[in-house]
Amino acid sequence: MKSSPPLTELQFRLTAAAVFVAVLPHLLRLPWLIAAPVLVLLALRWLQRRHGGAHLPAWIKLPLVLLFPVLIVFHYGNLFGREPGSALACAMLALKLMETETRRDARAAICFSAFVLMSALLFDDGLWITASLCVALVILLAALRALESPRTTLLPDLRSGAYALAGALPLGLCVFVFFPRLGSPLWGTPNDTTARTGLGDRMAPGTMQDLLIDDSPAFRVVFDGTPPPRNELYWRGPVLWQFDGSAWTRPEWLAAAHDGSEVRVRGPRIGYEVTLEPSARQWLLALDVPLLAPAGAVRGADMSLVSSARIDEPTRYRMVSAPDYELEPVLSPLHRRLALQLPPGYDPQARALAQRWHDEFKGNANLVIRAALDLFHNEFSYTLNAPLLGRDAVDDFLFDTKRGFCEHFASAFTFLMRAAGIPARVVTGYQGGYFNRLGDYWVVRQSDAHAWSEVWLAGRGWVRVDPTAAVSPQRVQIGAGAAAGASAPWYQADWLMEWRNRLDLVNRFWNDAIVQFNALRQQSLLTPFGVSKADYPQLMLAMLAAGTLLLGLLAWWAMRAPRPDGDALDAAFAKFCRKLAHAGVVRAPADGPMTLARHTAARLPAPQAAQRLLADYVSLRYACALPAPERIQTFTRAVAALRLPAATRTARQSS
Amino acid sequence: MNASAATASLKTRLFEYAERRLPALTRLKRSEPMPIRLDRHRIYVLPTRFGLMLSALLLVMLLGALNYNNNPALLLTCLLAAAAYQSVFAAFATLNRLEVTALRAEPGHAGGDLEFYIHFHIAARPRHSLRLRAGDAEIAFDLEADGCARLSIPALQRGWLRPGRLRLSSEYPFGLFEVWSWINPEFAALVYPRLEAAPPPLPRRGAQTQRETDRSGGDELAALRTYQTGDPPRNIAWKASARRDELLVKEFETPRGHEVVLDYAALRGLAHEDRLSRLAAWVCLAEFQCAPYALSLRETRIDAGLGAPHRHACLRALALAPVAAP
Repeated sequence: MKSSPPLTELQFRLTAAAVFVAVLPHLLRLPWLIAAPVLVLLALRWLQRRHGGAHLPAWIKLPLVLLFPVLIVFHYGNLFGREPGSALACAMLALKLMETETRRDARAAICFSAFVLMSALLFDDGLWITASLCVALVILLAALRALESPRTTLLPDLRSGAYALAGALPLGLCVFVFFPRLGSPLWGTPNDTTARTGLGDRMAPGTMQDLLIDDSPAFRVVFDGTPPPRNELYWRGPVLWQFDGSAWTRPEWLAAAHDGSEVRVRGPRIGYEVTLEPSARQWLLALDVPLLAPAGAVRGADMSLVSSARIDEPTRYRMVSAPDYELEPVLSPLHRRLALQLPPGYDPQARALAQRWHDEFKGNANLVIRAALDLFHNEFSYTLNAPLLGRDAVDDFLFDTKRGFCEHFASAFTFLMRAAGIPARVVTGYQGGYFNRLGDYWVVRQSDAHAWSEVWLAGRGWVRVDPTAAVSPQRVQIGAGAAAGASAPWYQADWLMEWRNRLDLVNRFWNDAIVQFNALRQQSLLTPFGVSKADYPQLMLAMLAAGTLLLGLLAWWAMRAPRPDGDALDAAFAKFCRKLAHAGVVRAPADGPMTLARHTAARLPAPQAAQRLLADYVSLRYACALPAPERIQTFTRAVAALRLPAATRTARQSS
Repeated sequence: MNASAATASLKTRLFEYAERRLPALTRLKRSEPMPIRLDRHRIYVLPTRFGLMLSALLLVMLLGALNYNNNPALLLTCLLAAAAYQSVFAAFATLNRLEVTALRAEPGHAGGDLEFYIHFHIAARPRHSLRLRAGDAEIAFDLEADGCARLSIPALQRGWLRPGRLRLSSEYPFGLFEVWSWINPEFAALVYPRLEAAPPPLPRRGAQTQRETDRSGGDELAALRTYQTGDPPRNIAWKASARRDELLVKEFETPRGHEVVLDYAALRGLAHEDRLSRLAAWVCLAEFQCAPYALSLRETRIDAGLGAPHRHACLRALALAPVAAP
């Protein structure tokens, strides 16, 4: 076995780059305890090699090899499973680079980089991360190519890597589409997805703050007909009843009790389809107020939809809602008690204010509501950077800080209503959304999360009151980030949001076409060919057929004749010579057109046509510096029209 | 004969037998005239060890992606696999339609290396990462345009040296597949006899008279050196030798333009090949000293002369002299 050639500087750099891009997506995710040593190791190795360092001795490498498993076990508790496994893979890859001095080492490192790269997708399978990993793949391929022929410039390698990947697209897609999926996983639990942010079943002032600056899409909606105006798009999520002085929660037992509260629909019904992003929770969102529950979900007494399973992958369901409704015209005693519950010993000032209103307006609910909204409207301001609140959170907010966002307003308003004797509850969900004109659908982001109140009025049932709208009407008109103005993070700037909302179309396509492509949809792939439910052999057959077709094309590419040197006239003359050869007049390499004309006269029974063409060629090629294109075309056509009798085999051989 | 040499000769014989009996099966071509054009009938492909390693890894990635039901990961795996697999076509295209147009080699002496220049026509496509191997000699080169590759092959004995079967291969672009082709061009290079390491001075016809007549040319004793077989006894410096343990020989300045006859028959007491070596060394020496020389090799006689063509004619005669002494 020959020893592998040592790496040149450029080869090493490309290999190091490949390793780095493979580790990069993990570094952002790994705990610093592991990420920092990996990064330091890579940087040190780069510097060591730059300063012409020699092979690292074993007494440095061995402790490092032992260090990482210890760190990983220390942090995760074990070495196996997705998270510790990928951390270990990153560490081992970094260590491999430490000892990479020859081509064989570099190939092993690049190979392993591909594996590490792919494992990054097990944690985040968004479009952008996949696209950037494809770019990383180009670097990997470029590094492999650089290992083949040492040179000093980077560009040809990168270009060739990009071409290789682009060329692989048809075959790769073909295999992707047809490769049979596993019905059930072979090992591990695939549903241990990291908890994503999303609406919780608990709301304390300040908990939504993370949500409001999170721009990831929460769900997308396609309406059957014309959608309601944007400021009426209230997407109902969990309804919170219980207040303990600091947080609003939803009693667990209420979820099971769907006693079918009465809904009277007064206006039109709206049909639409919701595609929910994975939330790792059980809430389903629907436009206020949902008239039915999708399959596998129940509609609670408070009209919130709860799925029976956690939402771990994009979920699609059809919904029908009524924007104009009468909900629970007759309030059950249980609900009344729940909707008036207040924690004793909290927020005395707010209670006193509510009591004063109650006495002043003699129990007229509408006037109390108006008074509260007027208070908010006149004295409060909307901001995402709300000050912290103390023990009596509602008092602090109402009489001291007077600044906050939807949570604060909904919480304080509901508290005031209850204290004034009006049944009220907090509803969380999303408000608004962005209409993507290109894709004709609405995208609702986590940052559209919202909280509002519902009060129960005699004869009207539950009525939605949005105190935030009283403070900052823009919130319901244009969205939370825009309403917060300068306090919104930079990436929620208006113009940027506009673009990001438009680009969401691509995300949606990605989710639809790639992420959600499953065994079920695979089975229906062959429907156009008359196979309604394709099984594994049929899919394999389809894959083989399509693959063979593509490979045939490639084989043609690899074997195609190189483009002949020279111009159109040369090409026509070459064709002419082939025709002559077929007729028995073979042109020797030394034969010029004149010599060929003589041979033609000697060997062809009727040489006039061929000789005329030869004379034409001579005048075109040698009599003028640049023949006119029309004359070349005439010549080409004449060559194409030329018919010569085929020579017998012996005649051809003798010539 | 040791064991490895025995297996080597057995292998050679086996190959020769295979070539004789199964030309179609083995494709071990006999030498063929140039230009030699590589096409799909004579280009072979196999995955390299690295290619096998990568496919094993791709299998692991595939299982992982399927197990976690992760479509983007599966897509990435499929893309990489397709790119890796399709590199076989790029590898094939590296050799396909490549033409060996000519071979040339400067003659050299046995015991040294012979430089072979192999000329290629790339047929309008740059060819990367080519390797050419003949026996143990191997070179790597790229062809961006028509050009030639230089391969050094050790010349072991005088006579015609055929480069033999050359293995032209490439692992372009990613080292996952190796394509190769055997070429056996109809070509032989001339190998001159081995040069004797320290040849005695040029033999001169009538050196005695020359010494007496040629006074003005500075034909004086130039140096003393140790005796070597074949030195004329009259040149021995007896007085100087008496002071030393060995025989010393007087060396004279060679006058310009004096004729030297290199005679095979005069070198009695040496083996056949040693005589040829000495004659070859003398030819070079005479050429270097610009002394016109004639060669007499049994029935071959080459008249006195000087210059590269003359030198080549003499050395060629020596190189192609029959193997056995008469």
